[in-house]
Amino acid sequence: MLLEVTGLHVRYGRTHAVKAVDLHVAEGEIVTVLGANGAGKTSLLRALHGAVKPAGGSIRFAGDDLTAQSSAERVTRGMMLVPEGRQIFVSMSVHENLLMGAYLRRDGDWARDLKSVYDRFPNLAERRDMPASVLSGGEQQMLAIGRALVSRPRLVMLDEPSLGLSPLFVNNLFNLIKELNRDGISILLVEQNTAMALEVASRGYVLELGSLVLEGGADALAGNAALAEAYLGDHAAKPEPDAA
Amino acid sequence: MSGYWSGILTILSINIIMAYAIFLPVATGQLNLGGAGFQAVGAYGAAFLSSKYGLSVWETIPFAMALTALVSFLIAFPLLRTKGVYLVLATFAFAEVVGGAILNSTMLGGPMGLSVPAFVEYQVPVLGALLVTIFIFYLMATRFGLVMRAAHDDDVVTDLMGVNVRGIRVAAFTIGGALAGLAGALYAHSFSFVEIQGFNASLSIYVLLYVLLGGTQTAWGPLAGALFFTMLPEALRVALPALKGWMGLAMGFQGARTAPDESWRFVILGILTVLMMMFRSEGLITRVMVEKLRFRHHAVRLARVDAPA
Repeated sequence: MLLEVTGLHVRYGRTHAVKAVDLHVAEGEIVTVLGANGAGKTSLLRALHGAVKPAGGSIRFAGDDLTAQSSAERVTRGMMLVPEGRQIFVSMSVHENLLMGAYLRRDGDWARDLKSVYDRFPNLAERRDMPASVLSGGEQQMLAIGRALVSRPRLVMLDEPSLGLSPLFVNNLFNLIKELNRDGISILLVEQNTAMALEVASRGYVLELGSLVLEGGADALAGNAALAEAYLGDHAAKPEPDAA
Repeated sequence: MSGYWSGILTILSINIIMAYAIFLPVATGQLNLGGAGFQAVGAYGAAFLSSKYGLSVWETIPFAMALTALVSFLIAFPLLRTKGVYLVLATFAFAEVVGGAILNSTMLGGPMGLSVPAFVEYQVPVLGALLVTIFIFYLMATRFGLVMRAAHDDDVVTDLMGVNVRGIRVAAFTIGGALAGLAGALYAHSFSFVEIQGFNASLSIYVLLYVLLGGTQTAWGPLAGALFFTMLPEALRVALPALKGWMGLAMGFQGARTAPDESWRFVILGILTVLMMMFRSEGLITRVMVEKLRFRHHAVRLARVDAPA
């Protein structure tokens, strides 16, 4: 098992954001985590990449317990997060943004990975020395993903990558996710775009108010009308009683 | 060279070094409004060794730099726990503490100040400013410089890339401290006298203004800011009487005129500062501007890429 999360709890003060979550991602899999706003998806990712210390449970990656390890240690071992909202370094050039992804690379091969990112995204290669702030929204998302790829990850975690992108670009994005997966990268995809996410993923989990309420094969989840009604429909995004 | 110009060059050099001292923390996203305090530590460190033990400048300057770096390193840990305006206030408070401590220290001369026997000609601060400028340009081109700018843009994502953001900020703060110590030591040896009244809040504010108005995105910014704000009052010293003369002529005023009051220079300086903040809040020199100049040939290359084969 590549990623194995057992009984994970995340608390912010009295808010219990993630409650006893168990999930796993096998090598080569695309797994999606679905849920409305405030379901605890981002808190789960923050715990996975080490920005918050879990209040309980364990995170194992490729057999090693990383629960108490730093973000840097997780990146070195091959976990990388593409944060929500295409958070790129706006005052830096496209090239410098990509270099940041290679920050922890000590092997000599990072330059080759950088080149393969440029090959994959010719738009970025053309804009190599331009400030990242002039890129379009879609190009910025490519840059954020490219930056993650330069770290040579085994598992890429994407936090709502389709948010705010045009429908055409959302299509490209999901094709790209499939392509990365074919190249051997495992994917943990956190999404609100349920239909698209279940199309590319093989399995899925549904979070509600911090707890897992459903899990199963993507096809089964996609066919689950109750799921759409209860947890993922538009009305589910309305404010709900806080988990506290 | 006249005494006037060597004096200006000395002040300009010290201001450039101070601007870079404050630029380093600012480049990692940490505003430092305690410049005068750090400079005072270096100035008094050098002055004390020179007056008490008769050491040469080649001994006092490294000592002053090491002392200020050490002080900066030690206070960086509690200081950098605070953010935004609280950090600004904390650094300001640090400078006040340094000022108060020196004022009450008989060993350091208290309000009487210390005279500094070892004297340096203006060439020494000029050389110092030159070396510091080269060092900063080099530093900003390294991996460390890249990560500093990343921490400035977005510390959360920088951390995500596996960077120890806190370590980077402490390092930038400490190197900045060493530079402030250098500026202080050069001040002490250039003017042969230090008194704590010279290291006041307005010095801290001016030095931060050099950086913020010059531009924080590239190493050119502090240089431009320090040049502009050091030379502008001097230029106005000459231009102001002429300006009053023309105004008088235009209004048909005849006869002898008194020279305008000195303080008008600072009124004009203040107005220019406000205008800068309104119309060019990211500073005089921006990254995009530098890139445009540097990569003019690159635009041609891009055009070739876009053109059909």
